[in-house]
Amino acid sequence: MAAENQTPPVLEARALGKTLGGNRVLDAVSLALPKGCVKVLIGPSGAGKSTLLQCLNFLIPPDSGSILLEGREVNARSRRELCSLRQQVGMIFQDFNLFDHLSAMENVRVALMKVKGMSKLDAGELALAELSRVGLLDKAALYPANLSGGQKQRVAIARALAMDPKVMLLDEPTSALDPELIGEVLAVIRDLAQNGMTMIIATHQISFSASLADEFLFMEKGRVIESGSPAELLRRDSGSRTLAFCAKISELSGEAGEAGLAAGLGESVRAGVSVGAAGLGAESPV
Amino acid sequence: MDFSLAYTATREALPYMLGGVIWTVGLICGAMLLGLALGVPLAVLHVYGPWPARRAVSIYVWLFRGIPILVQMYIFYFGLLAWLSTLPLLSGLGLDSPFVAAVLVLGLTSSAYQSQIFRGAIQSLPAGQLKAARAMGMTDAQAIRSIILPQALRLSIPAWSNEYSILLKDSALAFTIGVVEIMARMRAIASTTHEPVSMTFLAGIIFFALTWVGVKALSLLENRVRIAGYTRQGAA
Ligand SMILES: Nc1ncnc2c1ncn2[C@@H]1O[C@H](COP(=O)(O)OP(=O)(O)O)[C@@H](O)[C@H]1O
Ligand SMILES: [Mg+2]
Repeated sequence: MAAENQTPPVLEARALGKTLGGNRVLDAVSLALPKGCVKVLIGPSGAGKSTLLQCLNFLIPPDSGSILLEGREVNARSRRELCSLRQQVGMIFQDFNLFDHLSAMENVRVALMKVKGMSKLDAGELALAELSRVGLLDKAALYPANLSGGQKQRVAIARALAMDPKVMLLDEPTSALDPELIGEVLAVIRDLAQNGMTMIIATHQISFSASLADEFLFMEKGRVIESGSPAELLRRDSGSRTLAFCAKISELSGEAGEAGLAAGLGESVRAGVSVGAAGLGAESPV
Repeated sequence: MDFSLAYTATREALPYMLGGVIWTVGLICGAMLLGLALGVPLAVLHVYGPWPARRAVSIYVWLFRGIPILVQMYIFYFGLLAWLSTLPLLSGLGLDSPFVAAVLVLGLTSSAYQSQIFRGAIQSLPAGQLKAARAMGMTDAQAIRSIILPQALRLSIPAWSNEYSILLKDSALAFTIGVVEIMARMRAIASTTHEPVSMTFLAGIIFFALTWVGVKALSLLENRVRIAGYTRQGAA
């Protein structure tokens, strides 16, 4: 236990602050991602989830606070440190952001060559290996325009994994997908988690993340206002904001969502979510 | 009008007129390439540069779009280049030739227009691509070179082909400072043969043929670099 405590988190944020257009988008948010843990960010749209994730690798520079990679503070003013941080922190976006002029294989290969300086041959080999890991070896030659949404997101995951990141940030990886394509992407993410990847995921897939997450972080108005294990926060008598929010969105996503919740959490939590949903429905009919 | 006379005169004039094609092609190739070489970095500065750079590019574009080609040719040939070539360091470099002046004027003007073509294309790309490239550790320079520009340049080809035909027509103004391109030859031979109508007609046909060849070549290029299923509207 003592030795464990001495290992610094893979990635840590301390008191991140960000104001955009006079809006306090992040208000002193701190979080730590110990090795192998999976944390899930939930919260209403506009809560600051995307901003938080992008501050973690300085795609959006925070106004205040600091980022520590394996215990060392990152100096964002040094371009070398910034590029090195970003290589070690993989990021997945809601709308995939594949490079449209490159095939699936080339999408995975390009940064290996440009950033890691690998030869075209080695990079290509590794790219194919990563694509087969997400089940897309047969699509390697296709361009993004000819891939389905789910396939695009899996290419994006392969592209991020090829850089051999120490931690992955996933920003609503399935929100832009048609319902029937969500499963294939969630399966890849579950696989990652089971292989010990350290991750933080912003998502509305409550039942999926409840079955995966070590911790839920509930965000609202730029702050993490609740955190805890999913079982704890989603217990029917927890009275948590998290429960109320999850109940609302599982109700909106219909029966499948609730069935999923039952599978992920067991009966007591399912009941809790239903109660929450009923209460919420009474307050503000959706 | 005696058609057989006109025909004979045209046939005799043809080799001389075609000799002008080399100069015209030289002018537009030089100008297109100079315009490309300057237009791409100008566009990148215009989109990604700090504000003083963006401002400077705007002024540059505004200047070259605002001053008529003919006026620029006079300024460059009789003014700027004539003066530069008197400087000890620069004399003997041929800067005082009308061809150099014409290529510079057409190329700089084209760079102003081309920069706006490329800027529109860059801005039509989804912003997330640059973000994704940065997120993998690419520097902005790497991302612009290997992600942004390959897409933006593809999207620019139709507008580029438009720019080519405009340049071709503007190049006909080079005769005013003494480049012996098609137009200059047409005027010379029209007065010696007393067949101005047929000579004008011949020049028109040659210009048209050049336009057709260039536009065709660019559309072949466009098809060659086309990517399966990839179309995006909104490119300039
Ligand atoms: N460039 C910007 N200017 C002003 N406000 C912004 C800007 N970008 C984001 N915001 C605001 O920041 C808040 C958080 O946004 P975001 O991080 O995208 O939330 P989430 O991902 O949780 O939906 C929102 O209220 C949004 O309107
Ligand atoms: Mg978001």
